[in-house]
Formats: sequence, C-alpha cells, structure tokens
Amino acid sequence: MQKIVIDPVTRVEGHLRVEVTIDGGEVKEARSAGTLYRGFEEFLVGRQPIDAQRITQRVCGVCPTAHATASALALDQAFGCLDKLPENGRLLRNLILGANYLQSHILHFYHLAALDYVDVAQAADYDGSDPDLQSLRTFIARGTLAPFVPRYEGDYRLTKQQNTLLAGHYVEALRMRRLAHEMLCVFGGKMPHNVGIIPGGATEPPTVSKMEQVVMQLKRISEFIENVYIPDILAVAGAYPDHFALGKGYGKLLAYGVFELETPAPRAADRKRLFPPGLTDVALKYQPLDQEKISEDVKFSRYADSVAGKPLSALTKNVPDKEGAYSWLKAPRYDGGPREVGPLARMAVGYVAGSEEIRKEVDGLLSAAGLKPADLFGVLGRHACRALESRILARRMTEWALALDPKAPHRYDYESPETGTGAGLVDGPRGALGHWIDVKDGKIANYQLVVPTTWNASPRDANDQPGAIERALTGTRIKDASNPFEVVRIVRSFDPCLACAVHVMDAHKNEIGKYRVA
Amino acid sequence: MSEVKEFPVVWLQLAGCSGCSVSLLNTRYPDARNVVLDELIPGTHVSLLYHPTLMAGEGEPVMEVLRDNELPEGFVLIVEGAVPTGADGLYGAVGEIDGRELTMIEKTRALAERSAAIVAVGTCAAFGGISAAAPNPSTAVSVQEFCRTEGIDKLVINVPGCPPHPDWMLGTVAAVLLGKLTPEDLDDLARPLMFYGKLVHENCPRRADFDAGKFAERPGDPGCLYMTGCKGPETYADCWLRMWNTGTNWCIGARSPCHGCVEPCFPDDYSPLYEKITVERLARFALKKKA
Repeated sequence: MQKIVIDPVTRVEGHLRVEVTIDGGEVKEARSAGTLYRGFEEFLVGRQPIDAQRITQRVCGVCPTAHATASALALDQAFGCLDKLPENGRLLRNLILGANYLQSHILHFYHLAALDYVDVAQAADYDGSDPDLQSLRTFIARGTLAPFVPRYEGDYRLTKQQNTLLAGHYVEALRMRRLAHEMLCVFGGKMPHNVGIIPGGATEPPTVSKMEQVVMQLKRISEFIENVYIPDILAVAGAYPDHFALGKGYGKLLAYGVFELETPAPRAADRKRLFPPGLTDVALKYQPLDQEKISEDVKFSRYADSVAGKPLSALTKNVPDKEGAYSWLKAPRYDGGPREVGPLARMAVGYVAGSEEIRKEVDGLLSAAGLKPADLFGVLGRHACRALESRILARRMTEWALALDPKAPHRYDYESPETGTGAGLVDGPRGALGHWIDVKDGKIANYQLVVPTTWNASPRDANDQPGAIERALTGTRIKDASNPFEVVRIVRSFDPCLACAVHVMDAHKNEIGKYRVA
Repeated sequence: MSEVKEFPVVWLQLAGCSGCSVSLLNTRYPDARNVVLDELIPGTHVSLLYHPTLMAGEGEPVMEVLRDNELPEGFVLIVEGAVPTGADGLYGAVGEIDGRELTMIEKTRALAERSAAIVAVGTCAAFGGISAAAPNPSTAVSVQEFCRTEGIDKLVINVPGCPPHPDWMLGTVAAVLLGKLTPEDLDDLARPLMFYGKLVHENCPRRADFDAGKFAERPGDPGCLYMTGCKGPETYADCWLRMWNTGTNWCIGARSPCHGCVEPCFPDDYSPLYEKITVERLARFALKKKA
C-alpha cells in the first residue's frame, strides 16, 4: 500500500491538496482538501446588502462574474425586483457573464490543463516563421525552462508536429483570453472584479458603437473556438482515447442553469435559461431542480453540528479541532446525495431537458467521434463539453449584443428593504453556484455561499459518501506512482477553483495510516 | 549576440483570490508571452521559477524549487494575497515536502529572508484588503506588517489594487530590472508614485459635473458619482489615464463609483461602499495615510 500526496496541486485556482492511497496499482481511497481559509460568510455579517455584491466577487479572481451574478439575483429577490429586470439589464448581465465564461474556458484548457497532455519542449527545433513558436524555440535554447519544468514525465502521446502546433496555440490562447476580458470590460467597467452588474440590472447603458465592438470581438473569439480550440480538443482525444473512460465518478449531475432568456421567474427551477436547470445521470433521465433539496453536511467538516442543514439555517460557526473532521469544506448534498457540477452537467441536463441547440452540438460531436452519450462522463467528456458550450455561447452572445436597445432603461430603481431573503442560483463556468442572503434591520444578518467546487471537491458526509472528485479518483489505475498523470488529469478535468471552495486543512491532524482500505 | 541575463522571480500565492495573477495575464505591452518567454528588457529574461497557477509541475517537486538551498541568488519575491497568521498558520498552507505541510507563515518568512527584494501585489498583500476584512477570522496581515513583526528588514514595494492594473505590476518590475526604482520613487505607503501619485478626483472626466453640482443619484446614472459613494477624492491611482483592459473602459466610465481599491481603507473603512464620503471620514483617511 502506498500513499501519494500532491500538495500543491498546481494549475487550478487556489490551494488544493490531493491524497490517494494505492494498492496493487489502483486507487483505493482519495481525499481532496483545500488548504486556505479566509471566511467570507463570517465577514459579510453586518454589512450593507449591496456591498455583498462587490465583496463576494473577491471570492475568486478567475470567476468573479459568477459571484457578481449570483449575488445580484439573491439581492433582486430580497429587494422584490426580480420581475422588474429590464431587457437591457438582462442582456448586459448575460454579456458580462458570458465574456468571462469564454475567458475562463480558454484559460482552463490551454493554461491550466494542456501541459498535462502537450510536450512544449518539442518546439525546440522549430524552423518556421510563426513568431510565437520562434519565441518558444529561443526560450528553450536559453536553457532555463521554468515554469515548464519540473513536470511529470513519461506519458506525452501527441506527435512532434501536434505538440509544436498546440504549444503555439497555448501562446495564442493567452491573447484570446485577454481579448475576452477586454470584451467584458466594454460593459463591465473593469476585469477582474467588474462593476457593471448590480441589483436591478447593469450600470453601463448600451451604445451602438459598444454593441458593434462586442460583436466584432465575439467574431474573433468564435474564429479561435472553431479553428483552434475545438480541433485541439479533438487532437488530444485522438491521442488519449482511453481518457474518455478515465475519472467517470458518480455520473450524477446537477445544474442550476444560466443565461436568462426572459425575465427571471421567482424560483430558479422555473427559469428559462440558455443552459437549463435540472439534474440527470448516466441513465439520461431528466429531473427538475428542487432547491429545497439542497443542504450541507458537516460530519467531516470543521463546523458545529448545528450548522448542518439548508443554507441560512444557521450562522457559520467554525470548530478548528472538531473530532474526525478533515476539511474546512462543508459537504453540499442534493436530497442527501453527492453531485457533480460543471460543463458536463450543463450539457447533459440541457440534452435531456430537450434543448435543440445543445442536442445538435452534442450529437454532432458524438457521431463525428464515434461515441455514445455515456462516453462523455469522464475526463475528455468534461473538456469537450467546455468547448461545445463555448461555441454555443459565443453564437448566442452575438444575438444578445444586437438585441440591446440604446434608448431603453438598463436598470430598475430598487428600494433596499429593512428585511428580506433571497437566493441567487446560477451556474458559473465551474458549475452550480448559490448565494443566500438574509437581511434584517437593513443589514446582512446571514450570507451563505455554496460554490461549484464545494460540490466537486467536497469531503465525505455522515453517510460516508465521498465527494465527486474523491469518487472519480477511486478505482483509477496508476501506471507510474512517481508520475501520477492519471490523478492530476482527473482532478483538472473538473476545473477546480479552491478560493471559492473555502477549505482549510489541519496539518497537525493529518496522520498517516488513518485511512480505511476497501 | 550577448548573453541574456536571467532575472529569477518567485510568485507566492497566499490568502487571496488569484485576481492579481489574472490581471497580470491581461497585460497588453508587454504581453503575457513577452513576460514568460521573451527578453522583457533586451538582454534580460524574467525566469518565473514558481507560480502555482501556471507552472507545469505539482506536488513535492515544486516545493523543492522553493527549498532554501535551491533558490538562486538575487531572486525577487512577488507576493499575492495577505499572510494568514491565525492559529499558528493553520489557515493557509503552501504545500507538503518531506512529509510535512508547510504553512504560509513559514514559507513567507523563509522566502522573504532570502529574497533580494519583495513586491506585494494586490491590496491584500499590500494592506490586508478583503482577506483581512473584519472580523478577519484568519488574522490575515499585509506583507509589510508580517516582515515588521518577524524582524525581516527588507524593502517591500507595494503595488495595490483589487486587482492591480497589469501595467502597475509590470511597470514596477521593469523599473526594478532597469535599476530605476529607488525609495524616493515611492509614496509613504511604499507605492510607486509613477502609478499612485495622483488623485482620481483631481483628474476625473466627471470633475466638471462635480463642480457644477450635477450628481448621479444611483450607479448607472450620468453625472458625478460622489453621492453614490465614489472614493475618488481619496484614491491615488491612474485609472482615469490608462483605463482598464487595454484602455476599454474603467469603473467611473461604466457609471460605477470608485471603491478606492488601491487604498488601505479598502474595504472596511470605505464601507458602506455606496455611501458618500463625509467630513468625519475624510479625517480618518488622513490619519491612516501616515502609517
């Protein structure tokens, strides 16, 4: 029996530690934990409700717009103005959030995940005229190869030509994700941490020249998605076909949905969204979302037992030396069971919910690659779904930009109430994100966040059910324990964002040999 | 061709959100490729030895890079995020090596002691920022305060912002590389005057509206944003000049008040964020700046 500790897991957002226990070359048990705690739920208490919408963005610098959106929706509900969101406000919010989706997905595939599959060192004897590849060749020739070394060795399967091509695309993708943030800034004001999304709508009124700017920026990004991003996903899939079946996990998916297609209904489950809300699993049956079934378990989490239950049921109360706990992360559960969230969840739920455009895209990929829908439940499926939803989103964003009306209102003038509650449920790039607010005496009495990576990187619960990543790692065959590519490829396929997930790992309590072996 | 000098950098991420790193990637000239691959200044290449968001390796091999006797002479330590000092450092860990998880306190201390210079990027690293928002459960402190408490006598250059503009971060690094940044070039909060020398309010395109009493009642209205809580009168940053995301827009341009995110007062003393500055608060800000 052998324990592998990967701490830090790099090329994720934030601080993540993963441990796997291997026996006979197979993972018997896995534990994932974040290793940083700041305490947003504690420091939001007592503040002005509208300040929460700015402060919660700082949960994460990669996905702040998801938090800005969830917070705005929670406040819209608490202020009683969900149904008063003007058309422009709805479209502007979609464009601001959509721009960050595109940035986040390009960043994820190229700058976070690709180095697990692409050997950039093969560009060393490039002799063509592409300036990015010439730059890379000169860099390699200088001999100091940080940050591309150290790295795992022994499983880079692309050809030299493919490695060189994708290495050049890694560099080009740096420009593309910057462009996506420039596009966001048109209406968002600044990125990271935009100021444009507010309760009641957005701050920046549309003008014809801003609309045209965004439409042309989308055109450039779409060209990249079609000619570079999606073909690169297919190239990796061709060289690593066994990675479809890798990291399947529970196969139980959850999406809150995202991108309002009309004025938001009071309950998230009833909203008409581009990527619809709901649940599904490998049997591909649709289940509607019931937000009353969302709760958090704290058996293995360092919180008072009284904190367990639905969000807002109690104030966050941390217990650093809680017996048996191994994480500062609570364990979110839907109807008592763990769920995976993210692009795979959104595409699968959209597919079974009957979205024509999602079916067209997914069926197109499946038939071109000779796959069945169940094949998407795994590492490569997650990457492919991220790319497919980027294609769909970029196309729709152009329609939304052109639907803006420079002469119509862009926000509703809400009145901030003395009391109120609200829940903002929306999918960020990494999955289902919820903000819950309770306002008393005009101030925040309680504010709870259940974020996508909390679902995916959750610890065990009182029924000893591991979280989604822990489950996806279990049963995996590791070819070479000193270069455990399989582990990090599985973890990174979930696109973890740990600043969001609010963990701490108690190093003193991390005793070796405390594991059960199946 | 003369030999290219390597300028080693360790980018440490502590109690923060990675927004500073994302903002860094948004740089236009130099662009991200120039920073990582090319000679940032002709004859000098920035060697990014350690950056958790970007680096290829993971686990113990990357902790080896940070081992005391592995670090090259003269490396610059760039810190993103505040130092969480509560509970003997158990609120934040950097990683595990030799079977032990190293806290952020331990690693920051070791790296700060050995570095040639320290640059604290982002308001969390510079002043505590959001990570230290009251009641500050992890007892997060600024890099400067941490060094003071630990007796590490080293110049810490502060490049605050939430996040900082990429030009502020790279302009500061370029100035250090060219040997053109001296203590006289910093204000009394150790911020480079070339970026943080002028008040937003004194250079704002909406100043005419302020002077004429044309005020926005809510964010999203035209006019001066003072009544909606703009902290421009107290904020030293040049957003009005270079704007954000390759000159696309900026907070006030998007009809949102400035929240003063480069200042030590962000967020707590500038909260409520949307409440206008009063005379009493102006006095408090002046006292803070003497620190």
